Amino acid sequence: MRTIFFILQKEFLQIFRNKSMLPIIFVVPVVQLLVLAFATNYEIRDLSIDIVDHDGGNWSQQLKGKLLSSGYFRLHAQTTDDQAFDDLASNKADLILTIPQHFERDLVRNSEAGVQLLVNAINGSKAGLAAGYAQSIIGDFNRRIRLEWMAMDEDDAPSHFDMSFRYWFNPGLNYKWFMVPGILVVLVTLIGAFLSGMNIVKEKEAGTIEQLNVTPIRKHQFIIGKLLPFWIIALFELAFGLTVGKLVFDLPFAGNLGWIFLFAAVYLMVMLGLGLLISTFTETQQQSMFVTWFFLIICILMSGLFTPVESMPEWAQRITQFNPVAYFVKVMRMVMLKGSGWADIKMYLGIMVLFAVAVNAVAIWNYRKTV
Amino acid sequence: MTQPAIITNVLTKRFGDFIATNAITFEVAQGEIFGFLGANGAGKTTAMRMLCGLLKPSSGEARVAGFDIYTQTEKIKQRIGYMSQKFSLYEDLTVKENIRFYAGIYGLSNQQIREKTAGLLAKLRMEDEADKLVSALPLGWKQKLSFSIAVIHEPSIVFLDEPTGGVDPITRRQFWDLIYESASKGVTIFVTTHYMDEAEYCNRISIMVDGKIRALDTPAALKQQFGAATMNDVFLQLARAKS
Repeated sequence: MRTIFFILQKEFLQIFRNKSMLPIIFVVPVVQLLVLAFATNYEIRDLSIDIVDHDGGNWSQQLKGKLLSSGYFRLHAQTTDDQAFDDLASNKADLILTIPQHFERDLVRNSEAGVQLLVNAINGSKAGLAAGYAQSIIGDFNRRIRLEWMAMDEDDAPSHFDMSFRYWFNPGLNYKWFMVPGILVVLVTLIGAFLSGMNIVKEKEAGTIEQLNVTPIRKHQFIIGKLLPFWIIALFELAFGLTVGKLVFDLPFAGNLGWIFLFAAVYLMVMLGLGLLISTFTETQQQSMFVTWFFLIICILMSGLFTPVESMPEWAQRITQFNPVAYFVKVMRMVMLKGSGWADIKMYLGIMVLFAVAVNAVAIWNYRKTV
Repeated sequence: MTQPAIITNVLTKRFGDFIATNAITFEVAQGEIFGFLGANGAGKTTAMRMLCGLLKPSSGEARVAGFDIYTQTEKIKQRIGYMSQKFSLYEDLTVKENIRFYAGIYGLSNQQIREKTAGLLAKLRMEDEADKLVSALPLGWKQKLSFSIAVIHEPSIVFLDEPTGGVDPITRRQFWDLIYESASKGVTIFVTTHYMDEAEYCNRISIMVDGKIRALDTPAALKQQFGAATMNDVFLQLARAKS
């Protein structure tokens, strides 16, 4: 125990003497939360639309008005076919609505008329949303026409049912409540995996590890002494990040924060183990950083933080079952938004314990005291 | 006091087909200053690493401080000090913090740590530097500090791997004063070096060529045996004979 105490004391001295460390601990989380939380915005508003109106009648005016007053679309230009195509090609317009000639006449005479919607689909999900918004607005418009023309009286109206819905767990659809818990996961992950691995490799670079290897320090003492400081710092970071989240974004803490910290404690053992593992087969801090980055970028992008896991192909979903980041993102959101408790997270915690045991077993086996 | 500090018997280390240390056999008496010489790549460092428990031998036997190097490495580690050519202090810790750390991991009590720190700083005349970062010290001072820390837990044997590389002869001389002082207290010194003037300071020296020990005796006896005026000539004769 005394040996571990001396190693810890030395580690903390070195960590806090490192000039970049305090900024990493206090500035990085604030910047990440403030910038990323606003940047990772799933809502799409202000799509710029070109409208080509060949009809110019009363109904087409109404349709345009309805589209533009929805808040989702901003008129870029009311123009000709050619100009509209140019705008689409040069990214000035996101979509084109073409109202054909005789729109009103066809509507009245044939009870049927078409409009055309062209959407710039370079960004597929944005295009999907744009088409979706436009369709629902036009559909709504369509229903109203039918009501007005075919049945002047509500009672004679063709039977239809109304849908009423509520958004549960995040009634205001506040995407920041959704993103911030996930971003906190990334933060904790970075501290856990990067700093721990680099710290161990630093001893190799400096040559001091050889000195330590001829001292009576045992394997487990060295590993605990090296990893524990970052475990503590990362948990502190989580607390700090949650505080910032609460103050700035008014994050809902629906569930018990204890579960989050319990889960984080185990999750960090996985990440610290990963750092340790990487440090066993890299010789310089640069190498270690690069290898860690390679793994983390995959883990983070496949974690469901930015894109839902459910929309990934089957094989990718299977991979995420082995992605610790995915579990933590999920548990964070469950506990913070839904108020999930022990019964809901125990399975994920169990999986995380398995990960922790597996990663650390490989890392320790790979870490040989006799270099 | 009668048993030798180090005994090796046909100690061998192979890396694949390459034999780094080829059946070396020697004894080092307690309190002796034993010089371990050889050209770069002759196998000195490999031999030393085996004796320190950093490397498992391929075959042969050896005992350090009475303990077997295959099975009792943890016991050996308690009894030896080690100073490598790669600098072994933490540059981002102060002199005092370095002393405290190494003393601590060797299990010294707080009381002992305080006394040792004060004594060591006084001996090296480094009281004013106690709270300075090690990175700010001149190389010669770092080496002296490094040696003093390597013997802080009063080991019975100290291994020094080219301890004085890159410093001037006067600083080297001062360093050797520290070595003599330790040896006079009965500490066995096992030192590798490239400086032939340092070789002359040793009680006995061995010279390794291509993994084998080619000569082992007192500096005076070796000079006589090879009919050479200086250790430098002895070394050159052996190293040339190889090529």
